[in-house]
Amino acid sequence: MVTNVTSLSRNGLSDWMIQRISALVITAYVIIIVGFLVFCSEGTYVAWHQFMMSGPMRIFGVLATLAIAAHAWIGLWTIATDYIKPACIRFVFQWVCIAANVTYVLWAWRIFWSS
Amino acid sequence: MKDRRPTNIDLNSLRAYAFPLPAVTSILHRISGFALFLAIPFLLWLLDASLQSEVNFKEVVAFLDVGVVKFFLWLALCGLFYHVFAGVKHLLMDIGIGETLAGARLGSWIILGLSGFAALVLGVWLW
Repeated sequence: MVTNVTSLSRNGLSDWMIQRISALVITAYVIIIVGFLVFCSEGTYVAWHQFMMSGPMRIFGVLATLAIAAHAWIGLWTIATDYIKPACIRFVFQWVCIAANVTYVLWAWRIFWSS
Repeated sequence: MKDRRPTNIDLNSLRAYAFPLPAVTSILHRISGFALFLAIPFLLWLLDASLQSEVNFKEVVAFLDVGVVKFFLWLALCGLFYHVFAGVKHLLMDIGIGETLAGARLGSWIILGLSGFAALVLGVWLW
């Protein structure tokens, strides 16, 4: 089996599984937000704030961001190992991707739990 | 020792290949995924501002009404819907639906059709 130290779980099958479970979480989150915008939204700040900052949606928001970070990392890792051949450029690219994903998770945490 | 690692085709030589439809939708899945990654800071910033206060919320709504901004939002949402549809096709193929050559072609047409429809609906909704 080919293992790669920069893969998320160092295991292709686990990456495959994480990619799919995170995809389901993100899709569910997208469906809920689209459903709110289509069926429940009055287009006001109060309605939007109440909905997004309700307990379940705060938790779901952080969960979705974690899922996006893992999902994006696996996709970006695949793209990087497919197209970027020089190892040093690939590591820089991967480092930037990881830093960005960690920043987004912390940012989302601040959005949902700072107030 | 013989190297058993898989090899990739050189990107430049790809032009010599005829791309079947499932290959086109597959590379679009990849491109839309990367584009969505680039859109994350934009979307997080909108989310952040829209939840801060009523004034910020109204500013976000006004900002999204600017033509260029609205176009990029539309593009990002189209990318999101395409990526989700193509992803669902992947999940269906994982459980054995549409794995044949004909099935893959039909599946590709379906995700293109659904994405085109979604792009249209999003366009009507935004403008």
